[in-house]
Amino acid sequence: MSVATLDLSRIAPAFADPVRESQAVFREVMECMARPGRITRFERAPQAPTGLSKAAGAVALTLFDFETLVWLDPALADSEAEAWLRFHCGCPLTRNAQEAAFAIVTDMAKAPSLAAFNQGDAKYPDRSTTVILQIASLEGGPVVTLSGPGIQTTTDIAPQGLPQDFWTQIETNQAQFQFGVDVLLVSGDQLLALPRTTTAQIKGG
Amino acid sequence: MSTPVPARANAPERYYNYAYLDEQTKRMIRRSILKALAIPGYQVPFGSREMPVPYGWGTGGIQLTAAIIGPDDVYKCIDQGADDTTNAVSIRRFFANVADVATTEDTGEATIIQTRHRIPEKPLKQGQVLVYQVPQPEPLRGLEARETETRAMHAYEEYGLQYVSLYENVSAYGRIAATAGYPVMVEERYLMSPSPIPKFDNPKMAQNEAVMLFGAGREKRIYAVPPFTRVRSLDFEDYPFETQTWEETCALCGAEDSYLDEVILDDAGDKMFVCSDSHHCAERREAGHVGPMAGHTLDQDAALKEPAQ
Ligand SMILES: [Zn+2]
Repeated sequence: MSVATLDLSRIAPAFADPVRESQAVFREVMECMARPGRITRFERAPQAPTGLSKAAGAVALTLFDFETLVWLDPALADSEAEAWLRFHCGCPLTRNAQEAAFAIVTDMAKAPSLAAFNQGDAKYPDRSTTVILQIASLEGGPVVTLSGPGIQTTTDIAPQGLPQDFWTQIETNQAQFQFGVDVLLVSGDQLLALPRTTTAQIKGG
Repeated sequence: MSTPVPARANAPERYYNYAYLDEQTKRMIRRSILKALAIPGYQVPFGSREMPVPYGWGTGGIQLTAAIIGPDDVYKCIDQGADDTTNAVSIRRFFANVADVATTEDTGEATIIQTRHRIPEKPLKQGQVLVYQVPQPEPLRGLEARETETRAMHAYEEYGLQYVSLYENVSAYGRIAATAGYPVMVEERYLMSPSPIPKFDNPKMAQNEAVMLFGAGREKRIYAVPPFTRVRSLDFEDYPFETQTWEETCALCGAEDSYLDEVILDDAGDKMFVCSDSHHCAERREAGHVGPMAGHTLDQDAALKEPAQ
């Protein structure tokens, strides 16, 4: 991947207090991963550069570093967002979805399927990719009923802007447990998690 | 998100990072926690760091707490159910110092409860995290010493060995002998060690409202049970799983349904049974419950505690 010259004056600031803010963001992400479908808000997170939502930026600042290979949507290649991630997280980028620890998908129309990312190893299923999908909204879309670990009975979500076959992909992903990716849906400053354990049923579907 | 509190990281008296661990280590542990929650019961390897306490004193649990704790948390630490043992007190003071958190003995008001060998009697709720200290994370270790082998057994769900061992136990003793660290199946997929909690506590793991995190420092493993997750203690059709019961009630609060410790009172061998969960017992006494030896002062730390069967 070509590395554009780093123009520091163009790089927007990250967390003002990285220690406290990354802790607060992590606790929310942890609660969301433990309770699939739960929506959280990162109101105080810094504004991320064009193309990257506040929530995706907050997760990146909290979890990415030199140890995590990141697949960044080609739509953001050579963008301010890419420079921002490189500068603040120090994360290496990859075009190979199979080797990514994290992926940020921003262009849903051209999004690779979930199966294109690392599905983990039989002995090390934790090595699979965590896929951050940036979509139009976490609310107001078709209602989907979730169940599985972390959910007492069922819980409804209604995200907007997902590819048509997305819930079929989630079904395939769940069915191959212990393999599978874990998904974070983000929009604006909001986030919800769909770990590989979650079963989804389209309402009326 | 909470309002950022003015950082004290550069204050002259603090030469370590907030919550002791450096930020890179926290990120590594945090990533492991997320994968552990996504694969309930699976042991995630992590790069355990040196901590200012020896192994066996909760380094795994301390690292988990350090990676998740924030200044708004209320922290409780128990050792075999008691808040006032030397170990529990020193870990609690550690986090009060390095993480600026309020501490408590009250199970209900704690947001993070770190525990060695017990689950509190009071049901946990949403918003609470139970952090277990784990000496040996591998439930199959007693049967198979090689990590490569046990990892393969988990990978391919080859748990026949564990069932054979338990069945031999049953046929030899007429019951399943393990009373602490009794293995569980998580979501009918991963065999998991519940840490050395008494099997009395095993049923509390199933469908628990809290997030449960397990840390083994020496063995460098993190695993988790999300809220509302199926956790089943291993059993057989003809020998269903049973927890311990006592004929005695708690001598101090009269509880009939809590886990009891046998406490030796003197050299003559006089003894009494009291709640192992010291806060549960105190709360009951404050509410007016009285046991047969109510008023007896008990020094939990000095008394010889024998876990009762
Ligand atoms: Zn009692």
